[in-house]
Amino acid sequence: MAKLSKTAKVYLVLVFAILYAPIFYLIFYSFNSGGTMSSFEGFTWEHYGAVFNDTRLLIILMNTVIIALLSSLISTAIGVLGAIGIVFLRNRKTRKAVLSLNTILIVSPDVIIGASFLILFTLVGVKLGFASVLISHIAFSIPIVVIMVLPKLQEMSRSLIDAATDLGASKRDILTRVIIPYIKPGIFAGFFLALTYSLDDFAVTFFVTGNGFSTLSIEIYSMARAGITLTINALSALIFVVTLGLVLGYYFFNQRAGQSPGTGGAKL
Amino acid sequence: MKDNPSRPLYLIPYYLWIALFVIAPIALIFYFSFLDLTGAFTLENYQNFFSSVYLRMTLSSFWYAFLITLITIVIAYPTAYWLTKTKHKQLWLLLIIIPSWINLLLKAYAFIGIFGLYGPANKLLQTLGAGPWQILFTDFSFIFVSVYIFIPFMVLPIFNSLDKINPALIDASRDLGASAFTTFRRVIFPLAINGVKSGIQAVFIPALSLFVITRLIAGNKVITLGTAIEQQFLVTQNWGMGSTIAVFLILFMIIIMMLTGQKEKGGSYNGKTK
Repeated sequence: MAKLSKTAKVYLVLVFAILYAPIFYLIFYSFNSGGTMSSFEGFTWEHYGAVFNDTRLLIILMNTVIIALLSSLISTAIGVLGAIGIVFLRNRKTRKAVLSLNTILIVSPDVIIGASFLILFTLVGVKLGFASVLISHIAFSIPIVVIMVLPKLQEMSRSLIDAATDLGASKRDILTRVIIPYIKPGIFAGFFLALTYSLDDFAVTFFVTGNGFSTLSIEIYSMARAGITLTINALSALIFVVTLGLVLGYYFFNQRAGQSPGTGGAKL
Repeated sequence: MKDNPSRPLYLIPYYLWIALFVIAPIALIFYFSFLDLTGAFTLENYQNFFSSVYLRMTLSSFWYAFLITLITIVIAYPTAYWLTKTKHKQLWLLLIIIPSWINLLLKAYAFIGIFGLYGPANKLLQTLGAGPWQILFTDFSFIFVSVYIFIPFMVLPIFNSLDKINPALIDASRDLGASAFTTFRRVIFPLAINGVKSGIQAVFIPALSLFVITRLIAGNKVITLGTAIEQQFLVTQNWGMGSTIAVFLILFMIIIMMLTGQKEKGGSYNGKTK
């Protein structure tokens, strides 16, 4: 195998440096006792203290986490059932149509999702706030869960189900004791992705959140528009650490799941 | 007898979701695009869209999206190519992807500091002898930050398609006397073109509809289709006009998807549904 040339190495290092520089720049200044992001005066934890002493911010943080957890749980449930339904659709055309409908929300720009949901909620009479944000997050997470679960279902051998039927399993048993254990890695991947999508979303939430309700992204947006506050830096450092943990956890989970396919089913 | 003929009950929530959150929203956007401020039926919005103001905005939105996509490809292609050559390439790829998981707003906020009048970018310029510049709120900062945001989304599909190329093909091309450049042009590039197409899909459409970066970094000087929709919906409260712009954005999206759509030929690794 050819080794990387010097140019290649320098180039890759440069790309990595540029990709990470803004993130470390934010984290670095989160320890600045001066109030700016341009001159470092001294080391301090005070901005982290500010994050944890700001009740409003903590409530917003809690809102964000609650919305993320609830929406990914519900969307995983609906998405998994949907994926199972799609796989068992006999008509190829119907299946293709349902799959295309499924991808629409994944490829649509956030602005359009947000705007159309805003119209929908206003017409139906859903009050903008917690409920509208939660419903939107569920709605845009469902197709992601379906996409993550489908491949697992497609690689599952139908004879497993036939065998279970022959052994006298009811439909319910087949679902809970054959199918779900088999596709578990896909379900976890879907849940995890839904979680990060929800935590990350700004544009859709921005449209459907009312005046009283706010998530972290919305709050950061309004803080950033007002100017530089090192509280945001401290917050972003915390978010970076949590994100890194989640991504690495997901990576190793996936690697394990990838090395021994079918372990989900073997647990029975 | 494997499949049960009756519509299973467990599909109800999923179908309900499709009806309520996929079909209804698109229908509503389409319907509202024909309404004026009072809610009466009108074609005025479409007329307005073809007026010079909106046409110019659409053109500039396309121009920016084009520039952003092009620069992203130029930066991401070598990155992806050399990444496939590294040891532990999956881990390096993951490291490229991680920044894309950090909240977009935080990255945009970082650039407010970096490009600020007293920020590190200007300090560097000053040590090089060029005076402080107003970098923030310019086209340059808008394009720079957008490219920064999109690099991982371009690297990933290109990496995947490059990684799938059978190395024997490259060896064969070398054995037949092709230079490194010819091998790239005639073997590697055509085989990895689908990755570039997916990358264009993943960058061009979002670049048309960005509104966070335009607001935070470009200081409202750059108006994309996304910014215009947000403006019509949340500031002007003219949902009709906003919906009309959205209809066109959807149209552009469909056209781009068709142009960059993968032909069955050789690129059927996504074709699990067949």
